[in-house]
Amino acid sequence: MSEQVRERETRRLDRVVVRFAGDSGDGMQLTGEQFTSETATFGNDLSTLPDFPAEIRAPAGTPAGVSGFQLHYSDHDILTPGDAPDVLVAMNPAALKANLKDLPPGASLIVNTDAFTGGNLKKAGYATDPLTDGTLDPYLVHRVPLTSMTINAVHAAEGTGSVNKKEAERAKNMFALGLMSWLYHRPTDGTVGFLEKKFAKRPEIAAANVAAFRAGFNYGETTESFTVTYEVAPARMRSGTYRRITGNLALSYGLVAAGELTGLPLFLGSYPITPASDILHELSKHKRFGVRTFQAEDEIAGIGAALGASFGGSLGITTTSGPGVALKSETIGLAVSLELPLVIVDIQRGGPSTGLPTKTEQSDLLQAMFGRNGEAPVPIVAPRSPGDCFDAAIEAARLATKYRTPVFLLSDGYLANGSEPWLLPRRETLPDLKVTFTTEPNHTGPKGPEFWPYLRDPETLARPWAVPGTPGLEHRIGGIEKSDGQGNISYDPANHDRMVRLRAAKIAGIANDIPPLEVEDPSGQARVLVLGWGSTYGPIAAGCRRVRAKGLHVAQAHLRHLNPFPANTGEILRSYDKVLIPEMNLGQLRTLIRAEYLVDAIGYNQVRGLPFKAAELAGVLEDVINQ
Amino acid sequence: MTVTTNHTGISNRLLDLVPAAPAQQSRKDFTSDQEVRWCPGCGDYAILATVQGFLPELGIARENIAFISGIGCSSRFPYYLQTYGMHSIHGRAPAIATGLATSRPDLSVWVVTGDGDALSIGGNHLLHALRRNVNLKILMFNNRIYGLTKGQYSPTSEVGKITKSTPFGSLDRPYNPVSLALGAEATFVGRSIDSDRAHLTSVLRAAAEHPGTAFVEIFQNCNIFNDGAFDTLKDRSSRDDATLKLTHGEPLVFGAESDKAIRRTADGSLEVVPAGSPGVLVHDAAAADPSQSFALSRLTGDTHGVTPIGIFRSVDAPTYDEALNTQISDARARQGEGDLMSLISGGETWTID
Repeated sequence: MSEQVRERETRRLDRVVVRFAGDSGDGMQLTGEQFTSETATFGNDLSTLPDFPAEIRAPAGTPAGVSGFQLHYSDHDILTPGDAPDVLVAMNPAALKANLKDLPPGASLIVNTDAFTGGNLKKAGYATDPLTDGTLDPYLVHRVPLTSMTINAVHAAEGTGSVNKKEAERAKNMFALGLMSWLYHRPTDGTVGFLEKKFAKRPEIAAANVAAFRAGFNYGETTESFTVTYEVAPARMRSGTYRRITGNLALSYGLVAAGELTGLPLFLGSYPITPASDILHELSKHKRFGVRTFQAEDEIAGIGAALGASFGGSLGITTTSGPGVALKSETIGLAVSLELPLVIVDIQRGGPSTGLPTKTEQSDLLQAMFGRNGEAPVPIVAPRSPGDCFDAAIEAARLATKYRTPVFLLSDGYLANGSEPWLLPRRETLPDLKVTFTTEPNHTGPKGPEFWPYLRDPETLARPWAVPGTPGLEHRIGGIEKSDGQGNISYDPANHDRMVRLRAAKIAGIANDIPPLEVEDPSGQARVLVLGWGSTYGPIAAGCRRVRAKGLHVAQAHLRHLNPFPANTGEILRSYDKVLIPEMNLGQLRTLIRAEYLVDAIGYNQVRGLPFKAAELAGVLEDVINQ
Repeated sequence: MTVTTNHTGISNRLLDLVPAAPAQQSRKDFTSDQEVRWCPGCGDYAILATVQGFLPELGIARENIAFISGIGCSSRFPYYLQTYGMHSIHGRAPAIATGLATSRPDLSVWVVTGDGDALSIGGNHLLHALRRNVNLKILMFNNRIYGLTKGQYSPTSEVGKITKSTPFGSLDRPYNPVSLALGAEATFVGRSIDSDRAHLTSVLRAAAEHPGTAFVEIFQNCNIFNDGAFDTLKDRSSRDDATLKLTHGEPLVFGAESDKAIRRTADGSLEVVPAGSPGVLVHDAAAADPSQSFALSRLTGDTHGVTPIGIFRSVDAPTYDEALNTQISDARARQGEGDLMSLISGGETWTID
């Protein structure tokens, strides 16, 4: 068919946003992941946003069951998964219905026309067929009979004799991937290899998927529907070796690294909960690192076992999301009182209650900060990007072991499932966190040497960590108030006051052991500071770039430590006329900032279960700057 | 891991992982300097004395023993023992002890709990510790009342109990802790009485010898809020007729005159018959199937006029701790120790110059 190949224009773009959307059983996450994988190896910078329903198989064909995957990639460094798609692949009417509102006029749309049957239109809530009623007029529409072409291609291929029609149809996501790979000049070898490996046990299914993938690619080559293809050159990135990584994977690796760096065996006590379960899944693979994972009977037992392991000299970890933190609160308070290391990983999701299990939110900050009885301060660390989850996990473990305290690590659903290229760290750049247990008595009593479990290090105020098995240091600790130093039960009023203040001072003192807050203000002329924390870093930085490109001045600062704040935070906040705090909650950091520094910060708050968009934040910034 | 032999012959494959005491220890070695603060006359004193007297028998280093408790009168227990200990939060001791025991096979880990702590707020953790068969020894002091909160009914209080929170009588039916433990397929289930030092010591010894979770219910008198709850089982005049001492391999015969025995009825439940009747059962604590042990647990003073004490069940089964630690050693033997840098650079990578 080479005579049909016409001269086609190849347009060079600096960035592209693509979105795959289909039924939650259509394999859209896998399709998006694979397109991303090809893009990463090609050398583009990228950022991804999976968006899927909580139900494993929501009613097929309905907007509620639509699963989407968005990828933003570029020839320069980017910060977000993109505001709006340049191209949308809609596998059925429901996917079209759920996603069309995000598609700007003029954008490309690839629709699977085979799925636009009367029944599917009805399930999607379309009274008339959007393919013919003018709904799609503003878009560049490519009508592709994806399902039937997939089935034909699979049955025509070799080695697929035993594949039935239903199995053949299931390969249609690979047809879509093949077409998109052609349209955007993505390499294809990786996908073929991936499919052969994934379906190694069922070679006929592998052959079917490869056939569908190739058919999609060849369809693009031969059809006249596409007059333009697109190229995005590799990005110029810092030199080094990269891999693509999601936040939850980076966080898991950070925990394994923390075990090695502290010299402590890792013990994870956890209960399955979206979107944190992948950390349990990942860590359960790494037995050879001495990692013990314990799937407990509930959230409380998960953290209890982790704390028990910490008592025994392990690095105790528990992973959860907001509702699980609520259940763990009492044990976190016990850990505060016992002054034992513990890392509590909270992958935040929409709340309250069950809320939005698969959607992102930053609304557990105040729960992490205050969600316990009594005065129970806990350090809080928050990563800013998927790759940064690695470093944030190590930092949480550093604080937990050095200060003998539970530490919150606040990630969220967007970081957990989103991915980006990650510059692999070199071993020698990782910090030495070696822990030394106490093995000798630390006090001389009337009868000779004694061990006082609450005799503190004068600098860090951390108490000694003597683990069972250490002769002569047998001691008992508990949740009842203890006498300062000796650690015996004490109900003495003055002692309680002193212990409460000591525990508070210990955590507050961490401010001297963390880097100062840094401000990015390229022009040095900004009068407005935008302050953020956690996963909003990317959208805020992208918004700032847009504003600066218009000649306006804005400064950006981003908090990694939320308790305590870096020592210079107040000074920085007070040096600007206005402080804007965008958050995916109703103003939790803003509440803390106003209370701590009496700075009347302005909030910008959205809780839609999705990350901010760069354009949206740019608009807000402009308004604040120009007011 | 130091494999050692201890001084007294109490041994099992897990206890052998715990370092032996360098020298013979005495009760004094296990007595902490803390003033004991239970009410005068509390049954806990007797249990404490028995445990302190028994621990030296284990022959293991006291620094390798840890007692974990929850909340309640019984949960103050760890403070009075010169071992490692944690007085934790209400109901959660089995979970905390699970983390400690699975991560430290060189420790002997004990849980001290009460009927409220273990069966009410912590019921879930108890069930799961039992079914997993973690290497824990769980001592549950059952006084059938809430003591530390000053006298509310507990999950083992009899129906109609008049307490501060139930002035018209309690409404909920009590648990039978032994039935509950057997229902969770606990591999070791025993029962004893606070004041019977010799019997309690024998059950503790058997619990210590058991590799895996051992659950021991100890009838304990709260002389303030539920005094005399177990008097029938303790009074010289009544105890021999009211208790059935279980001995593995022996016929189920009891009574001051050894004149009563246990037999199975047609529906599988048990009945009390005169000794010498045909079909008297022989106690088999080691039976793989827990049915007969469960049927024994259904014998109570209220229903049959007799309460069994001793070891209902003791079967050797794989423990969670061993299985978990074997997965780790197997993975290391198969793949070698983990290498951090090759882990994080796994998958597809690309290099930019």
